[in-house]
Amino acid sequence: MTDEPGTMTEPLQVPYRERERSVTMEPMGEHDELLTINIGPHHPATHGVLRLLTTLEGEIVRDVKPIIGYVHTGIEKSCEDQQYWKVIPFVERMDYLAYYFNAQAFCMAVERLLDEEVPERAQWLRVIHLELNRVASHLFWIATGALDLGAITMLWWGCRDRDLALDLFEMSGGQRFHTRYFQVGGVVEDIPPGFVEMTREFVKTMRTRIPQYLDLLDRNEIWLQRTKGTGIVPAEDLLALGVTGPLLRAAGVGWDLRKATPYSGYENFDFNIPVGSVGDNYDRFRVRVEEMSESLNIVEQALDGLPEGPYITPNRKVALPPRHELATSMEALIHHFKLVTEGFRVPPGEAYAAIESPRGELGCFVLADGSAKPARVHMRDPSFVNLQALPEMARDSLLADFIACVAMLDPILGGVDR
Amino acid sequence: MDATGLELIAQRVREKVGEDAVTGTIFYRRAATLEVAPPSVHDVLAYLRDGEDEPWERLMSVHGCDYLPEEPRLGIHYELLSMERADRLNVRTRVGVGDPHVPTVVDLHPTANFQEREVYDMFGVVFDGHPDMRRILMPEDYEGYPQRRDFPMGGEPVIYTYNEPKLPRWYD
Repeated sequence: MTDEPGTMTEPLQVPYRERERSVTMEPMGEHDELLTINIGPHHPATHGVLRLLTTLEGEIVRDVKPIIGYVHTGIEKSCEDQQYWKVIPFVERMDYLAYYFNAQAFCMAVERLLDEEVPERAQWLRVIHLELNRVASHLFWIATGALDLGAITMLWWGCRDRDLALDLFEMSGGQRFHTRYFQVGGVVEDIPPGFVEMTREFVKTMRTRIPQYLDLLDRNEIWLQRTKGTGIVPAEDLLALGVTGPLLRAAGVGWDLRKATPYSGYENFDFNIPVGSVGDNYDRFRVRVEEMSESLNIVEQALDGLPEGPYITPNRKVALPPRHELATSMEALIHHFKLVTEGFRVPPGEAYAAIESPRGELGCFVLADGSAKPARVHMRDPSFVNLQALPEMARDSLLADFIACVAMLDPILGGVDR
Repeated sequence: MDATGLELIAQRVREKVGEDAVTGTIFYRRAATLEVAPPSVHDVLAYLRDGEDEPWERLMSVHGCDYLPEEPRLGIHYELLSMERADRLNVRTRVGVGDPHVPTVVDLHPTANFQEREVYDMFGVVFDGHPDMRRILMPEDYEGYPQRRDFPMGGEPVIYTYNEPKLPRWYD
């Protein structure tokens, strides 16, 4: 019997201790004095529970093996036991800094299966929140990334300014993290009064803050020496490794899904895709900082042109009816009851929806079997795929540059392990 | 990409790779899926990457799924991307749980390395020729393939050193 779990003999049922031994490094190069050390799983520079089995020759990194799975919590499995609309809070916890993006990818896949149109206002509200989330995510990256390189002021500044974005999320969705604001067919409720003004205030503040970050870092001798010319990987190798997002754009490939295959109304906005020329850590830093400015442009345009109309699809089979209708309409009450108890059913089929998250292509695969629960939810998380490029970036560089590479790679371990 | 374009691709693959390489085509919700036989996955992806009229040079995602109760149960999806045409093509293959073997595509697309390991980890599909076919997310000594649909949901005891011998094959 080979279809029983655990009885399959291949590839190799090796005892645990021998498996551990199997990842020990072979000596490389001319020197036979190699030192294999673990960086992580608990190390402040690994941005989570990432274990990097590193082979050093003196201070030179000869090889790196990322070992992951320490925060694997089986979110994809848990999603199979939830109704579609209850999956959203689960997927938001995968890449925990880009929660709006996870929800957007999942909702897009389900909307495609349902063949459901999202109202224009909902699309624009989504764009506003996605771009604010991108700014918040990049702010936290620059805060922790600069901390790895010893620039502790940037940590306080980045977290201070990210809090302003979180205030906006709290205002629109009621939560600072994992807001569950995006729903299948639209968003959960319209933005409250004062949101537009506060967001404009935030954009104005950030326009003055971004030059301050550059003043702090871009003229700093230590920062420049540690980022310039380190971690270069040719664009062709990055493409073969499936790397997307700012890492790829820093290497000069102007690939951005918001431009290439616009979704959620991105074709209505005028924005640029920053690309680098060298592909080193400095370019990665600059590309992300420029992306923040571009995101602010998009937010401003979306606020200017925010269309009127419904914020969620009027299809009562998918979206909850407005609260006030429940008191007067029997139909609305029935729909509400059906949606809350059973959820909505999705016709059998499968869909893969890809969006541009702050770290690259975030794809969501949903397999529907006709019931109210998905048969499979899979996230193609950019952190997981981009991590494969880390050995290429760090090979034959100094250990200190290796830390800079991890910082500029920006892996989110919640997304890597899911 | 439209349904006609998908049929043309299927036709070209049949001509170049082999008559029985393609087992079907699905065009559903504006997404094209090419179904291929498990042994020819590598050849089909090689042709789609390097073929003269084929722009599918990037592999964006490899993931598995379980079609229980359909047979063959396990599905492996390869999401191909054409940067030139900004278009996607899904290549899918189906294997049974009795003999889940698929040739690896790591030599064509190095990005498949982690992702094939994840499919092996979660579904028990063995990718023949993969340079490092080990579990990636679950513990190395874990038994069973948790994303299969017949794997129990929830109720998994937390294994510590002290209770590990007391809970042998708890999943049965």
